[in-house]
Amino acid sequence: MSELSLERGLAAFREEIDAPVAAFFSSCIRCGLCATACPFYVETGDPKYTPILKLEPMRRVWASEFTLWGRLKGLVGLAPKVTDEMLAEWEELLYDSCSMCGRCSLVCPVGNDLQYMIRKSREAMVASGHAPEGLIGAASRAIRTGSPMGLQWKTLDVQIKHVESSTGLEVPVDKPGVEYMVLLSSMEIINFPEYLEAIAKIFDHAGVTWTLSTDCYEATNAGIQIGSKDIAAELVQRVVDAAVKLKVKKVISPECGHAYTAIRWEGPNLIGKSYPFRVFHIIEVLDELRAAGRIKTEGKETDRLSLHDPCNLARKSGVIDQQRNLMDLVADNFVDLKEHGKYQWCCGAGGGVSSNERAEHLKMAAFKRKKAQIEEVGPDRMVTMCATCRTQLEEGLEEFNMDIPVVGLTEMIAEHLVEKEQRA
Amino acid sequence: MAHHKTLGESLRAHGVSRRGFLKFCAATASMMALPPTMTPAIAAALEQARRPSVIWLSFQECTGCTESLTRSHSPTVEDLILDVISLDYHHTLQAASGEAAEHAREVAMRENFGNYLVVVDGSLPGPDSNPGYSTIAGISNYQMLMETLEGAAAVVAVGTCAAFGGLPQANPNPTGAVAVQTLAGDKPVINVPGCPPVPMVITGVLAQYLTFGKLPEMDQYNRPLAFFGQSIHDRCYRRPFYDKGLFAETFDDEGARAGWCLYRLGCKGPSTYNACATMRWNAGTSWPVEAGHPCLGCSEPKFWDAGGFYDALSVPPGDTGSTLLAAGVSGAIIGGAAAALAKRRQKADLAERQPVKIDELEQKL
Amino acid sequence: MIDPMDFLLWTKGPMFDWAIAIFALGMLARLVEIFMLGRKPNYAEPRGGEWGPGFRTIFTRSVADAGTFQRAPFNVVIGTVWHVGFFIALLLFIPHIELIYSVLGIRWPGLPNPVVDAVTAITILAMIGALIHRLRNPVMKHISTFEDYLVWTVTFLPLITGYIAYHRMIDPYPLALGLHILAAEIFLIVLPFTKLTHMFTVFIARWYNGAIFGRKGVAS
Ligand code: SF4
Ligand code: SF4
Ligand code: SF4
Ligand code: SF4
Repeated sequence: MSELSLERGLAAFREEIDAPVAAFFSSCIRCGLCATACPFYVETGDPKYTPILKLEPMRRVWASEFTLWGRLKGLVGLAPKVTDEMLAEWEELLYDSCSMCGRCSLVCPVGNDLQYMIRKSREAMVASGHAPEGLIGAASRAIRTGSPMGLQWKTLDVQIKHVESSTGLEVPVDKPGVEYMVLLSSMEIINFPEYLEAIAKIFDHAGVTWTLSTDCYEATNAGIQIGSKDIAAELVQRVVDAAVKLKVKKVISPECGHAYTAIRWEGPNLIGKSYPFRVFHIIEVLDELRAAGRIKTEGKETDRLSLHDPCNLARKSGVIDQQRNLMDLVADNFVDLKEHGKYQWCCGAGGGVSSNERAEHLKMAAFKRKKAQIEEVGPDRMVTMCATCRTQLEEGLEEFNMDIPVVGLTEMIAEHLVEKEQRA
Repeated sequence: MAHHKTLGESLRAHGVSRRGFLKFCAATASMMALPPTMTPAIAAALEQARRPSVIWLSFQECTGCTESLTRSHSPTVEDLILDVISLDYHHTLQAASGEAAEHAREVAMRENFGNYLVVVDGSLPGPDSNPGYSTIAGISNYQMLMETLEGAAAVVAVGTCAAFGGLPQANPNPTGAVAVQTLAGDKPVINVPGCPPVPMVITGVLAQYLTFGKLPEMDQYNRPLAFFGQSIHDRCYRRPFYDKGLFAETFDDEGARAGWCLYRLGCKGPSTYNACATMRWNAGTSWPVEAGHPCLGCSEPKFWDAGGFYDALSVPPGDTGSTLLAAGVSGAIIGGAAAALAKRRQKADLAERQPVKIDELEQKL
Repeated sequence: MIDPMDFLLWTKGPMFDWAIAIFALGMLARLVEIFMLGRKPNYAEPRGGEWGPGFRTIFTRSVADAGTFQRAPFNVVIGTVWHVGFFIALLLFIPHIELIYSVLGIRWPGLPNPVVDAVTAITILAMIGALIHRLRNPVMKHISTFEDYLVWTVTFLPLITGYIAYHRMIDPYPLALGLHILAAEIFLIVLPFTKLTHMFTVFIARWYNGAIFGRKGVAS
């Protein structure tokens, strides 16, 4: 049976090195500013968490094999090598202490997209057998059961029945030819069942046709988090097959950040061609409906609300104004965190950190940055649109005994819909 | 004969007044940056000085230095000092020629052995060059210099050719020209460079030598510090414009008319040590920079091969543009080859690539 | 003892050619090595353009975002000051303009010498500040390698020797000027083989950053 090995890891590094990577490594001036952008450094104060250092293995491969000078140095034995021990040491740096939030990529003065390179480095970590157990487990469950949490359709089915009985609305399943195919995340199904009910209500209200698919309802992609394009491609292919089978033109990614980037940005490249459908985050869809006047709301929340932009949605996908438009629709007293939108701070749980039990302490350390941001503004409640962020915010706020509930934006919109009878 | 008169006697014989003589001494003192209180001491020293015998040798030169020395409009102290030394041999100036002239040289050498001063203008073909490149009365320059130096007290190399090689040495130096100091062995050498040197500097150096009877304080190039201690740039009256960043860019633009700094027109004043800016030329009338022309750096070694006279000092003499282009193109080719190699490796990796399978990952659990 | 004029002419002549040749060869090789790697095709439906945002980021990344400025004010200010100062001294000093014109055939107006002089003095101080910061800031100290100190030195030398030459603090002047030119040549020679490549690759890196983010609709 084949095995993951250092050689495969090095080959993966080489495979991943492209012109941007070479330009980035050629440009780093070791100014250390990326550290000030990274919640894991800022909140631990440990310089080993400086983002550029997390890329040292990849940098070495680049320097010794992709530059003439480095190759000459290699000939006389002066180029430092990447060893298995090194990669073992870097496992913590590349997984436990990086949520792939991309904040460093926005701050680096020479324009290094560090997050882009961390994503690439993880390919080599996987191929060399240095991925964290927690993420391997999630990937394995995702491939084998369709859900990183090992959920089965049965569980979802129970929820569907529940939503149908409580709302009196139909939750369409496997309906071909509708406008949207809706995906969910296991985290939502378990922790935030309100979401499914909310979209059922909103879509009914707006007259949107949609469906779930029994072949594939899971939007998240453990392959992206662990950093294996092979695993990720297999998971994306399931979405594509389901959408094609149901002949939908639009697929909705749920309130989950990485699921959206996985399907929206990486997916087509994983399978090597463009999709026959378009991908949206639920927030984009809701804002489109709002703009088209298809969502009518009444009443507004009056308490002080603030917003956590999921990194994957805002900085990494450009969905920034949409959630604010929607907030304006339903909130009277909305206040942004000081650094928000593309400059927001990560909750600390992304990039697989939350599936990596070993990284718990770092996850909570990184959260302190968010906590500080929240304290600065002092809201009564926080609103967000990613189940992972939401779970992390809830856990974190509880840990620090801060009584600030966290709500999903979609639910909040659903709560303010004008009742059908009133509209007529 | 005249050889045995003191300088004072000789001056009086020439009808130079005491006042005129003191004026000259004062000028000498100020040229040498000595306090005016030194004037009587200089006068006393000069009064007592015996007219030393001077043998002036001209080798590969243009006679510009001699011209410079002699082109004075009215009898000046410079002329006087020439009269008061005993110029026993100067084949450009002397009436005698041929064997008679050479005879005069030999006599002077014999009679003043160990005491005479040799002045040289022009460089000479070195010992390894064809001796026929430059001869006087059938004697090669090299042989004549070596002979003459033997009994010399010191040698003064007048002009940049004698001091540093000068134009005859310019690339490719066909005659193998060398400067006097490279052949002078342990004879003291005073270099008075300039192409040509300022006349007052030539006479001043001689006066100084006569006054003190010893070598002046000199810089690393054996140039007397009294005249070569400061750069043209440091004493240039256009310096305020340099400091303000006001430069003439052509010879007839507004800046040139306004007398702005000539740096951009190639002025080598910043790296040139000479007395033009303080002593000026043509009896103090003007000097090149004042006349609107950049300094060529003529008192510096290699000024003849240091790039264009009208290129700024910062401009490299070589054809850097083509070096840049050629190296850039080679770099692109080399880089291209290196990158192609790296890409080949990537391709090979890809061909052998084993996709990561879930059971491989699970082995790690 | 070295002959100052010979030394100056050596630095202006053969040594300058060597330096330029090594620099051009090394840098071009580096750039070609980068560009030839290329990028894989991107099949994801773009939300924005690449070219525009790429060029935008080339400029905008020169100014730190407010938060970064607050967290690392010294780093940002000192870094900006000495970079701006370095380029003013390099590109707006009349003798340098003449040199560039002689090599590339393009020229632009310069600044009065005293202005460049003052800027140089500030730049020198800022660079000393930057070095102290590198030695004392825990992150910078931790991530710095021998190369970082080497690069600091070869960047500092042309500045300090230039300052010395301008003020004629070393005698004779040809020696001072020669030392300055030599320092600049060492800088050029070291450039393609160290992080100094960022002088050129920063434009590529920023462009890619802007393009990658721009494609996703984020102005980076
Ligand atoms: S911010 Fe950029 S240039 Fe500075 S150390 Fe980090 S990666 Fe390097
Ligand atoms: S992507 Fe985020 S967590 Fe990762 S190194 Fe960069 S700033 Fe830190
Ligand atoms: S004209 Fe020449 S010597 Fe005078 S200030 Fe300008 S550069 Fe210096
Ligand atoms: S100005 Fe310069 S070139 Fe002209 S004579 Fe004087 S030193 Fe020689």
